[in-house]
Amino acid sequence: MEERFLSRNFDIPNAHTLAVFEKHGGYQALKRAVTMDGDSIINEVKKSNLRGRGGAGFPCGIKWSFLPKESDVPKYLVINADEGEPGTFKDRYLMELDPHRHIEGCIIAAWALGIRYGYIFVRGEMQHAIRRLEAAVKEAYAKGYLGKNILGKGFDFDLYVHPGGGAYICGEETGLIEGLEGKSGQPRMKPPFPAVVGLFQAPTIVNNVETISAIPFIIEHGGEWFAAMGVEKNGGPKLYGVSGPIKRPGVYEARSGITVRELLEEYGGGMLDGHELKAFIPGGSSCAVLTPDKLDAVMGFETMREAGSSLGTGCVTFMDTNTCMVRVAARLAAFYHHESCGQCTPCREGTGWATKVLDAIEAGRGRPEDLDLLLDMCSNIEGNTICALGDSIAIPVRSYIQVFRSEFDAHIKQGCCPYPAWTKKRLRSSVAA
Amino acid sequence: MALAFSEKAEVHFKDLVSRYPNTLAALLPALHLAQSEFGWISVEVMDYVARRLELHPTKVLTVATFYSMYNMQPVGKCHVQVCTTLTCALRGGYEILEHLEEVLGVRVGETSADGNYTLSEVECLASCGTAPMFQATFSDGEIEYFENLSAERVDTILADLNKRIATLPNPAEMH
Ligand SMILES: Cc1cc2nc3c(=O)[nH]c(=O)nc-3n(C[C@H](O)[C@H](O)[C@H](O)COP(=O)(O)O)c2cc1C
Ligand code: FES
Repeated sequence: MEERFLSRNFDIPNAHTLAVFEKHGGYQALKRAVTMDGDSIINEVKKSNLRGRGGAGFPCGIKWSFLPKESDVPKYLVINADEGEPGTFKDRYLMELDPHRHIEGCIIAAWALGIRYGYIFVRGEMQHAIRRLEAAVKEAYAKGYLGKNILGKGFDFDLYVHPGGGAYICGEETGLIEGLEGKSGQPRMKPPFPAVVGLFQAPTIVNNVETISAIPFIIEHGGEWFAAMGVEKNGGPKLYGVSGPIKRPGVYEARSGITVRELLEEYGGGMLDGHELKAFIPGGSSCAVLTPDKLDAVMGFETMREAGSSLGTGCVTFMDTNTCMVRVAARLAAFYHHESCGQCTPCREGTGWATKVLDAIEAGRGRPEDLDLLLDMCSNIEGNTICALGDSIAIPVRSYIQVFRSEFDAHIKQGCCPYPAWTKKRLRSSVAA
Repeated sequence: MALAFSEKAEVHFKDLVSRYPNTLAALLPALHLAQSEFGWISVEVMDYVARRLELHPTKVLTVATFYSMYNMQPVGKCHVQVCTTLTCALRGGYEILEHLEEVLGVRVGETSADGNYTLSEVECLASCGTAPMFQATFSDGEIEYFENLSAERVDTILADLNKRIATLPNPAEMH
């Protein structure tokens, strides 16, 4: 197995405590960072080719360089720890098992960017992660890594852990900012981008947990080293998740550029006995579905696009041959309908209609013209909403219809779901039991 | 009876408010605190939170109803929420849900007659690698994930939960 970085401390007992974290080299990167100026750090991050790990893959160094240097009001760092994209479960591990690494990354970012306050917005349900982070923040204050005059450098940074109220939409960065301000998590129009007008109307950097947890390694080993651990335009090691009916589901660290097959077979142990792979989703349920002939695709932003999907969060969901694709589409449509914030008509209504039509097809009440109707609805949602939640249902629904058209046709022609009864219990569409 | 935070909660509340440049930003954490103090988010609780944060009560209502973690009706001492999103479903999430319906004697959305358990479905809780799973939320505000479930494991867990909730207050009677 390759050398591990992001997950290096996962198996070390009590690595979530300051003493153990420091014993294993913790906060050395921060001590080094404060000997560098902000521009050199941003430069290293640019050289590292670190791409945002929250799903959109925006180059981190470029995002950082958008934050105005001078500002009349305090600038903010906001960590997106609202992990809720179905199939995604990597940030939780970073927060629960290695919280100090994350905090170290936050402090380095604040130092480099002249940021005064930071908030880690954690899903309210993740109480264990919240407690681990809060305890670690407290230890970091006591040791002088947070607060006033950090490491005697005349640099002040306060960091707080903020629990969410339970809403998937707060994972979208401007929905998250609204949530953090104490409002309903309804995303804002962009531009202006958060780097210019963000939290409390001030310049704000929003980054995913894993993105910031990678920063200490870039400082420790240099941007070029990090870039060399990945592929072109996508640097570094990364945490991948594998889940579904496979032998060893879980979170694994590997280089950027690993293939789906390697993830499934070498890390995930292959499909469970008696289960055959039918399809997979590369990085959360908003990505298009792919078939086993794409198993050798590399887990990269460009390569996954070429394969017809997207890398997303890098947490792969595998599905077996007993999985009805109409039901999968209906179940996911129901999820997005439930989570739509309701601001934009195409998303609020479109996700609901898509769910109803998919449910009808699954229940054997589909009409031949329904598939074109669904595709038409997808086109009417996509690109016509304030945030990308609308796209997050349009893209997968279209892909299930396109990739598994014959299955949809069979439901409509036969007037029922062709799968055996027991599979209907395993995965329900939203209303048909 | 007029509502008031306990002494311990009051300390927590003051700390929360100190973390933000305005009181509105403390609303989500303050509602969590209020729920663990008063059991559920009634109109009275919303009025109290609004007064404490100097916000209009409708602001609190809008926000409390937008998010899923605030109970606008009382639930049982232990709220069992089973994930039935894709990965959990593929690994038996619905079987776990049915098993719980059977042993708790309730349907999804219902609370047991003794006020001990409420059973719900939830969407993905970022435990897909340890699916199937449920989240248990207790009336004292504690949350715990139970992962890698099987019907047998659920039975063992429930035996423990029965003991654990014996001393917990019933949310419906907390204010
Ligand atoms: C509907 C929706 C949900 C999202 N959920 C998350 C999430 O749970 N966690 C996350 O880090 N990013 C999520 N994102 C992406 C964020 O908007 C944003 O791109 C990210 O926080 C930026 O950080 P990064 O550049 O470090 O990845 C979501 C986006 C959308 C449109
Ligand atoms: S699908 Fe159940 S935790 Fe993700």
